[in-house]
Amino acid sequence: MNRKWMSTPYLVWSIAFIIIPLCMVFYYGFTDKTGAFTLANIIAITMEEHMKALWLSMLLSFISTIICILLAYPLALILCNLSVNQNSFLVLIFILPMWMNFLLRTLAWQTLLEKTGVINSILTSLHLPPLTIINTPYAIILGMVYNFLPFMVLPIYNSLSKIDPNVVNAARDLGANSIQTFFKVIFPLSLPGVISGITMVFVPALTTFVISNLLGGSKILLIGNVIEQEFTQTNNWNLGSGLSIVLMIFIIISIIISTITDKDGEGSSL
Amino acid sequence: MMKTTLQKIYIALIFVFLYAPIATLMVLSFNASKTRAKWGGFTLKWYSALFKNDAILQALYTTLLIAFLSAFIATIIGTVAAIAINSMKKKNRAFFMGVTNIPMVNAEIVTGISLMLLFISVGIRFGFLTVLLAHITFNIPYVILSVLPRLKQLNPSTYEAALDLGATHTTAFFKVVFPDILPGVLSGFLMAFTMSLDDFIITHFTKGPGLDTLSTKIYTEVKKGIKPEMYSLSTLIFVSVLILLVLVNRTPKGQKDVSSC
Repeated sequence: MNRKWMSTPYLVWSIAFIIIPLCMVFYYGFTDKTGAFTLANIIAITMEEHMKALWLSMLLSFISTIICILLAYPLALILCNLSVNQNSFLVLIFILPMWMNFLLRTLAWQTLLEKTGVINSILTSLHLPPLTIINTPYAIILGMVYNFLPFMVLPIYNSLSKIDPNVVNAARDLGANSIQTFFKVIFPLSLPGVISGITMVFVPALTTFVISNLLGGSKILLIGNVIEQEFTQTNNWNLGSGLSIVLMIFIIISIIISTITDKDGEGSSL
Repeated sequence: MMKTTLQKIYIALIFVFLYAPIATLMVLSFNASKTRAKWGGFTLKWYSALFKNDAILQALYTTLLIAFLSAFIATIIGTVAAIAINSMKKKNRAFFMGVTNIPMVNAEIVTGISLMLLFISVGIRFGFLTVLLAHITFNIPYVILSVLPRLKQLNPSTYEAALDLGATHTTAFFKVVFPDILPGVLSGFLMAFTMSLDDFIITHFTKGPGLDTLSTKIYTEVKKGIKPEMYSLSTLIFVSVLILLVLVNRTPKGQKDVSSC
């Protein structure tokens, strides 16, 4: 049966709503207000304020990604070792928060972290020093870890549950202790999950403007905030597009790095 | 023994971390005092106020309508596309998969901006239609990626057998292929629906001034001070999803095979 025509609706749709819009970002990014070619919007990233925002975004999303791995890996291991009944219930428990609106969940952290908020009331009643992390980069990291943790847990859990138990048993039979088994067998086999978790956490964390807006106060600007402001407040679409192109370059680099390490991981585990 | 206790403590800690904000929102929905900072006694007034607040109900209606329509249309386009992609040669297939991955890996802010630039240059009025088009666009990949694995597992001989036995292409498809890929289609629809419900960033860039989904409404309210009705609405949504999931989970369906890793 000729199924060629069946791809036509999607082809038309993706050209109209994915490829052409991306080309427009490039068009605006490489032209100035009069429509003449320029590189000024790209070079604008080297301006001090933009550089600072980009650097801070990379730093915060890097730290958040690391924390997510450290929290998610043991969790995925524990979930994986449970019996089927407990296991599906617990996995559900960890996905469920995603059904509460993302903005409201982040806003709730504001309530928890505020100077007179819930956590500080508890701390003062215990005669402990109050926590002042709201409107600091720490609060942004907390928001990132909170929002993106499930995206790290699920891929690691999936790749762990695909591991053939016989492989693990074989390692134990051949005399490896549990630590050796973990580092020589389980961890290398779960690496694809870790890698896909990294891209699923790092990219949204790098480009967020909502979390920094809600938890970082209005003083801390991430690269996402800068781009958002160019479009909604300053209305300088050319500069906003130029900075988006730079952002896309960083996304592409991080994806390339993860695919390379992914291949290495698979190679060494085979 | 020691190990399982540690594991339980660890799960409990993560559980607290994940649910502390949700519990906060639920408690706030019963708080008589309008400020978030202090507890003013128990009340149900925000729940009754919610059903009189037309702006929030309108936003809820818009959110659900866009989520349903975009997931539905994306499911149709995505399923048809997945069938086509599955029967393609390697080169075309790589091209289509590449295009499908663009909205998945690209930053949402860039997708939002690019669609905004497109809609401006075409001259469509920003509003329901632009948001719907944007949501369909980012939903299609989820459908394709959940239908494709199902298609790969299909045995092509069953379809050919149906044809040999005299079924037309359409009958053979709906009687043989479609029942097999249905779970993938449904989970693609559900995923698309969820993504559309929770989306803020892309809606933020493609909506007009008159239109609000729940997310964009919350975002504008954050600056002016959020209405407590929002807390009661989110509590209601959360509790209904929880009940639904527990009910679905109770009915024993095909048990997943989980290895002891």
